This record gives sequence, C-alpha cells and structure tokens, in this order.
Amino acid sequence: MGALQSLPGQPEHIDLAEKTGFSLEQIGVLHKRFRQLSHNEETLRRDHFNEIPDLACNPIRAQIIEAFFDKRNYRQNGEGTVEEISFEDFLVVMSHFRPPSVHMTEEQRESVRREKLRFLFNMHDTDNDGTITLEEYRHVVEELLSRSGALGKETAKGIADAAMLEVASISVGHMEPDEFYEGITFEHFLKLLNGFEIESRMNIRFLNMDTTTLCK
Amino acid sequence: MAHLLILWPMSGSISLSGPRLTGFLCVLLVVSAHASRDAVSGNNETWGSPARATQGDPHHQNSSTTHRKAFPVLSFNYDHVKTPFEISLWILLALLMKLGFHIIPRVSSIVLESCLLIVVGLLIGGIIKAIKQTAPVLDSKLFFLYLLPPIILDAGYFLPIRPFTENMGTILVFAVVGTLWNAAFIGGMMYGVCQIEGAQLGHVDLLSCLLFGAIISAVDPVAVLAVFEEIHINELLYILVFGESLLNDAVTVVLYHLFEEFSHAGIVTVGDAFLGVVCFFVVSLGGVMVGTIYGILGAFTSRFTSHTRVIEPLFVFLYSYMAYLSAEVFHLSGIMSLIACGVTMRPYVEANISHKSYTTIKYFLKMWSSVSETLIFIFLGVSTVAGPHAWNWTFVIFTVILCLVSRVLGVMGLTYIINKFRIVKLTKKDQFIVAYGGLRGAIAFSLGFLLTNNEMKNMFLTAIITVIFFTVFVQGMTIRPLVELLAVKKKEESKTSINEEIHTQFLDHLLTGIEDICGHYGHHHWKDKYDAYVKRWLIVGERSTEPQLISFYNKMEMKQAMMLVESGSAAKLPTLMSAATLQNIQQKGVPSRRAIPSISKSREEEIRKILRANLQKTRQKLYSYRRHDLVMDPFEDNVSEIRFRRQRAEMEKRMSHYLTVPANRQETPSVRKVCFEPENKVYTYDDSESPRGRAAQPSPRLPDAISLLSKSPQRPNQTSALRAKGSTELRAKAPDEQEEQDQVKLSRCFSDPGPNEEEEEDGSFLS
Repeated sequence: MGALQSLPGQPEHIDLAEKTGFSLEQIGVLHKRFRQLSHNEETLRRDHFNEIPDLACNPIRAQIIEAFFDKRNYRQNGEGTVEEISFEDFLVVMSHFRPPSVHMTEEQRESVRREKLRFLFNMHDTDNDGTITLEEYRHVVEELLSRSGALGKETAKGIADAAMLEVASISVGHMEPDEFYEGITFEHFLKLLNGFEIESRMNIRFLNMDTTTLCK
Repeated sequence: MAHLLILWPMSGSISLSGPRLTGFLCVLLVVSAHASRDAVSGNNETWGSPARATQGDPHHQNSSTTHRKAFPVLSFNYDHVKTPFEISLWILLALLMKLGFHIIPRVSSIVLESCLLIVVGLLIGGIIKAIKQTAPVLDSKLFFLYLLPPIILDAGYFLPIRPFTENMGTILVFAVVGTLWNAAFIGGMMYGVCQIEGAQLGHVDLLSCLLFGAIISAVDPVAVLAVFEEIHINELLYILVFGESLLNDAVTVVLYHLFEEFSHAGIVTVGDAFLGVVCFFVVSLGGVMVGTIYGILGAFTSRFTSHTRVIEPLFVFLYSYMAYLSAEVFHLSGIMSLIACGVTMRPYVEANISHKSYTTIKYFLKMWSSVSETLIFIFLGVSTVAGPHAWNWTFVIFTVILCLVSRVLGVMGLTYIINKFRIVKLTKKDQFIVAYGGLRGAIAFSLGFLLTNNEMKNMFLTAIITVIFFTVFVQGMTIRPLVELLAVKKKEESKTSINEEIHTQFLDHLLTGIEDICGHYGHHHWKDKYDAYVKRWLIVGERSTEPQLISFYNKMEMKQAMMLVESGSAAKLPTLMSAATLQNIQQKGVPSRRAIPSISKSREEEIRKILRANLQKTRQKLYSYRRHDLVMDPFEDNVSEIRFRRQRAEMEKRMSHYLTVPANRQETPSVRKVCFEPENKVYTYDDSESPRGRAAQPSPRLPDAISLLSKSPQRPNQTSALRAKGSTELRAKAPDEQEEQDQVKLSRCFSDPGPNEEEEEDGSFLS
C-alpha cells in the first residue's frame, strides 16, 4: 500500500476496486499497462491496440479489440460502440476475466457463468440484434481458421454449418416445416455451452506484481 | 514337472472347452517332454531303435565305431527351446487366466482383476513350493527393463495432456513434496517404533528406516492404473493421482540411491544432503530432457516415413524404449523420460503417420501393457509365496498404519496449501479419493528386492508385500463402493460437440489475446508461441498450418462416414419413404423427418465414443493423395473424398433450408413433396415453378433443397441482407456440386447401388 500512495488518482482506484473486484495492486498494474498502451494519454483507441505486436498474430484479434469498444460489455446495459475508452471501461472489460472467488453460492456461480457467456455472446453477435446468425457464426469460424488460407474458408463454412445444425437440434429439437432457425439466442447459447465449465476456464491470472516492463 | 502341475488346476477351474483343450494339449506336450527328457539324456537315439537304448550306458555316447546309428526320424530336444518355451508358456497361462476371469460373469464385477491375478499368483507359487521347485521370482532386472516400460509408455502416450498441464502444479506438489513427506514421516516414525523395547528391532538403524520409508512411500502407477481404470472416476482425480504416481519416480530414485549410499557410508553430512537435493533436480530434469530429445527425434523421423508406412509404429516404440534405457544408464528417472518422450512425440507423429499405423501403435501399446500388468501381478503373487520372509508383527502392522496415516496427513496438508493457488479447489471428497487412491505396487517390491542382502532385507520385503497387498486388496476393492457412496463425480460422457470445440479454440485465442493486452506472459502466450514455431519443423508440409479445429472436424466426418459404412441400416434413421406430402409426413407423426436431422441414440453413442478420444488425432487421408501406400487406400481415398464432399454439400443444402429461408414461405405443398431420400428412389414433384427443375430432375437426391433454394429470392422480406447473399451463394454453388454429383450419381443410378452405398450416402453429418 505504501508504494501506491504516491500514485495519483488513488481514491478512484478504491472505487474501481469495489466496482470491478480487482485488488488495489492489480488495478495499479493494469493502470500502468493502460498508460503504456495509450502512450500516457487518458483514453485508448483502436489503433493503440493494433500496435501491440503480440496481438498481431492472433486470429481473432479484431474481435478481441472490438470487445473493448463494445458498450454492451460495460455492464451498464448500453449498446453500440465507442471510439475510445477510459481506464474504467478498460478495467470493466478486463473484469470479465477474473477468476471466480472461492466461496460462491450456486446463484453467484450461475451469474458469473452468465456474465462470461454473455461476453462471448457479444463477441459473436456483431450486429447487435440479440442473435448469432449463421453468417455471424461463419465469420467466427472463418476468423479462427484464418491462418489456414483458402483451405480454411471452405472448411469454415462446413464447420459453421454443422455447428448451427447442432445448436438447432439441441435448442429446438423439432421444428415445424415452415419454421426456420433464426439464429442462436442467448438462452440457446447458454444451453449449448452448458457443459463447458466456463467459469473455471475463462480466466486470466492477474498479477499483483508488475511485469509489464518485461513485455511489449 | 512344475508345468504339469500348474496346468491341472487351470484346466479344472475354467469351465470352457477352449482353455481346457489348450490345457490338455499343453499337458500332453509337457508330459511327454518331461517323460522323454528323464528317460533320454544326452542321447539322440529314437524310438525307432529300441535295441540301442537298452544296450549301452545312457550317458555314454556311442560313436559309429561299433554300431551304426539309424537316422533319427523323430528326435526330441527340449533344452534347445527351453527358455523361450517357458516364457511363452507363462505368458500364455497368464493371459488365459485373464480370459477366464472376464468370462465368468459375476467375478469381474465384484473383485478387481489385479486382486484376482495376485491370488492366482499365490496359488501358483504355493503349488510350485509344494513340489519343491524353484519358482521364477520377480527379478528386478526383468521388472524394470521388460515389464515396466510398456505400461508406462502406454500411459504416457495416451496421457490426457490438457488436464495434465492444467493441473501440473498440483501434481508436482503432490509428487515431490508428498513423497518426501511420506518418506520422512514413515522412515522417522518407523525408527521410533524400532526403538520400542520388546519389538526386537533394535538393530534397525535410522538410515535403513529412511531407506525403507523411501521405498514404501511412492504411489505406484501400475497399481493406480489397474484400479482406477475400473472405477471410471472423473478426469481431474484420475490425472491427479496418476500424474503423481508417474512423477514421483524421480523422487523415489533419488531417495533410494541416496539412502542406499548413505547406509553403506554410515554417516551423513550436510554436504551430502545438499548433493542429494541437486541430484534430485538432475535426475528429474535430466530424465525429462532425455525423453524430450528422443521424442523430437522420433517426431522428426516420422516426417520422412511416408514411403515406408509399415515400420512407422516401430519408430515410436523403439525411440521410446531407447529413451527409457538411456535414462536408466545415467540413473536418471526412466519413467519421466519415457513419459516426456511419449508426450513430446505424440502430436507430431500423429500428424505425420497413417491412420493404420496409428491404430497399430494404439493396439500394440495396449496389448503389451496389458500383458505386462498381468504378468506383474501374477509374479507378485508367486514371489510372495516363494521369497524368504521374516515376519515381525510390530514392524509390519506399524508400517501399514503409518502408510495410511502419512498419506492422509500429507494429502490434507498439501491440499490446504495448494487450494490457495488453484482456481478450481479440491473438495474434501476429492482429497479423500486422492488419499485413498495412493496404492503401492510392484515398483516398491522390486526396489526392495534390489537391496543388499542383510537380515533386514527380508523383514523389509515382508512389510512391503503386506502393504502392497493391503493397498491393492483392501483399498483397491473398497474404493469402488466408496466412490459410489460418496457420489464422486464420474467420468463424464464428454459430448465434445463441434460447438464446444469451436469455443475451446476461441477461448484459447481470446485468453492469449487478453494476456497480451495485459502485458502478462501467461501460459497461453507461451503455448501459442511454441505451437507456431515448433510445429513447422516437425510436421509434414501443409499439415503444420492446420489448426485443431479442421482436424477435429475432418476426423469427425471421416468417422461418421466410416460408421455409416460399417453400421448398416440398424443405426440409421428410418428414411425409406416413398414420395410423400408434407401432410403425410406430419400425420405420420414422425417428426424427425422434417425436423432438424437429429442423431439417433445409437449413432450418438458411437459418435460420442469416437469423439471422446483426443482431438489431435491422425490426419485422415483427406488431403493426402498418396497412392503407393497399402493397396486399399487409393480406393478408400476416392470414396471418402466423394463422400465428404457430398455430405458437406448436402448439409449446406439443409442449412440453407433451415437457416436461411424465412418463415413466411408461400409454397404449394406439391413443391415440398420431397424429403431426404436415398438416392436411388426417384420421385416426382411439381417443379414447374422451379427454374432449376430441369436440372434438378435427373438427380433425385437433392431436389428439396434446390427447389426451396430457388424459391428464396422470391421471398418478400429478407430480414438480413446477408441471408440473401448466403442463399444465393449456395444456389450458385449448387450447380457445381450438382454436376459432380450428377456424374457419380448417374453412374450409380444405372448400376446397382447396393445396400452399402445407399446407406453411406444417405447420412449427413448429424443424421
């Protein structure tokens, strides 16, 4: 605590800590990283993210970056996208990746699950209409396979189609002949990834120590 | 004579004709062998010349000076084949035992196979002892060089990597710290016990006790495998206990050698203790390094084996065995070396070798490990009866109690510490199973056997055997009802659906990305880098860029296709319907026809069984068109290719039907008088409205999709422009697919398609 007291903006950190659940040390580290990424400006923009070299070879880079600028992830029930984000928004998005705490009731665990799955859903549902359509899903799979070149594009279609069929069969089962499957709603998405144990898998170990100087 | 007597109880106990017949044949053979051997010694004369036999001294080899030997028509020479014969006979007996157990229905569900095998070993040992022969003992060299490696290789090669690496920290803590704690606790307490007056144990000094503790403390992979295989526990617990049993080998090796050296030297200095710690790191890391080197060599070799597929499995086996032996040369941990070799080699080898080689490897490993395990347990029983024993009540009882106590304390204490660092905490139930599953086995016995002969050795051996028996019999047999009682989570039937696979990949990349943004190089980051760079060197050609998702998907399709061929009509959806109207379909109340093709139960089971296997499996021959492989393959390739493409096309048609056509179609029933039919059924439909009608007619296969596709542009509202694009895309694609399929189909239409082909085309990915 002593080292942090010299940093400016300390009381904000305490608010943020309460809001997002990070510890003060973690917030300090992330703040430093934020400043490093934004070249000491107050807000981050998309091109700041594009400058991260490690991120360049990530196939789903665009979607990850988009996720930071997506207002749906700010837990304020907003919609649409923004052009630049503040540290608070950055932190809120990061908080989706916090490991769940040890002692949680079933409801808390369930709500953590929903939250994380909601994040994933928002990443897939790019046009913000509440469903993941076939095209959007195809796009997801194509991005995943984007490193395989032309081969990937063709197979991506097949995979995405198979996946949608599976979702439909799990969620809807039997459809009337004149129905068709609009897209994956959030409820279907939850049902689909029921066995996925996302609350234990979608986590990053946030460090209390500062290692940002070692990385780019 | 020993052989004779062994066979008698066997043929008496098994009530099948097969083994009994074999038994009788063996009996006959061996009886005649023994009889003749006793009678004829050093003389190769036959029964064709009985006069000779009666004449001279049996030991006196008469030369051709006085008599002329008749040409031996039938001669007998058992010594010549004695060793391989006996070995083969033992292995055959062991396997016949195993066979017998599984045939008798009730026994195998109540009693563990390993327990039964030990009992059989005891019986055999008893019999051998009764006839005063020397029994084959579980020689340490035999055990460590021949019996143990197949089991470890099998376990290491098929080790589930993801849970192993995710829980690596926990496993290491249990393996290293846990084993050290066990050894120290048991050794120390036993020394205290030995000080008790009246136990006549005063001659056991501290170092010997510590040595004993070191031997008995290690959890044994063979026993753990044997027991845990049968109780189907969930993956986390399995990997914790099993991983621990594998990784504690390094600790055991170091402690064993350390204390053995010390007990000869007599005194211990601080420098020695420090060297011991250094030795531990050398042993474990050295073992892993040796294994990794051989693994990389093996992976690299497999890159060039495309012209000699037949010997591919041998490379895997030999490199692994060499890794083990090389590690043993330097007294490094052979087990860790073997595991490292298997784990390193596997993803690359599997990407490079053919499907048949993969199957061969799998089956050979399973076979060898099965034989080894059986032999180990039987020998354990035999050695128990045969070996010299020195029973000391105090020593043995305290050993057993202390083993249990130290295990429980160790697990509880370590879990308390570990849980602070774990995301998914270990519950009390988990801890109990981990503690209870710490079985001792043949490794402890063999290490004890290697001790130098002194008066303590026999006592130690007796105690070790008692502990092994206790853990295997009592703990092994009661763990199954306890698992049921405690309602421990069982191994899930993992429905590795394609969606989960997609999201696993997605999550991997997402987490890597977030780590990069945070500026924190976590293990996702390193794994990604490793994959990117190393794979290029070790995997042939274009396969190295192929992500897991494609392999997974292709493998699923291939399996699906194979299943369709193999399964026949039993597992299919009933699709034999004549041209029926929609109303007909609905009235018949068979919703699966019009609904999304759902998987029938048996098919689902098959799919799940197949999908449960590790995803980095062999690349199927989808993209390799090597013709000079085994003869069947070219044909297979062609058929598979066409099958895949057709399946994919068909599925796209269905997709477009269900997913892109909006709800408010105004179609006349006549147009929709189509269904997913087997291709050789021609049926009519009113295609006057369909511009594609003419083209569609000769190929009755995909009429529905095409006609409906053609309808879609007329739809008034497309809620998303993308959808229209998608459907037009598909429609544009349809002619290409169709022409190709037309050709194949026409050829098939005009020739008798036969039941197999009909079935194999009918299915799509999910039906």
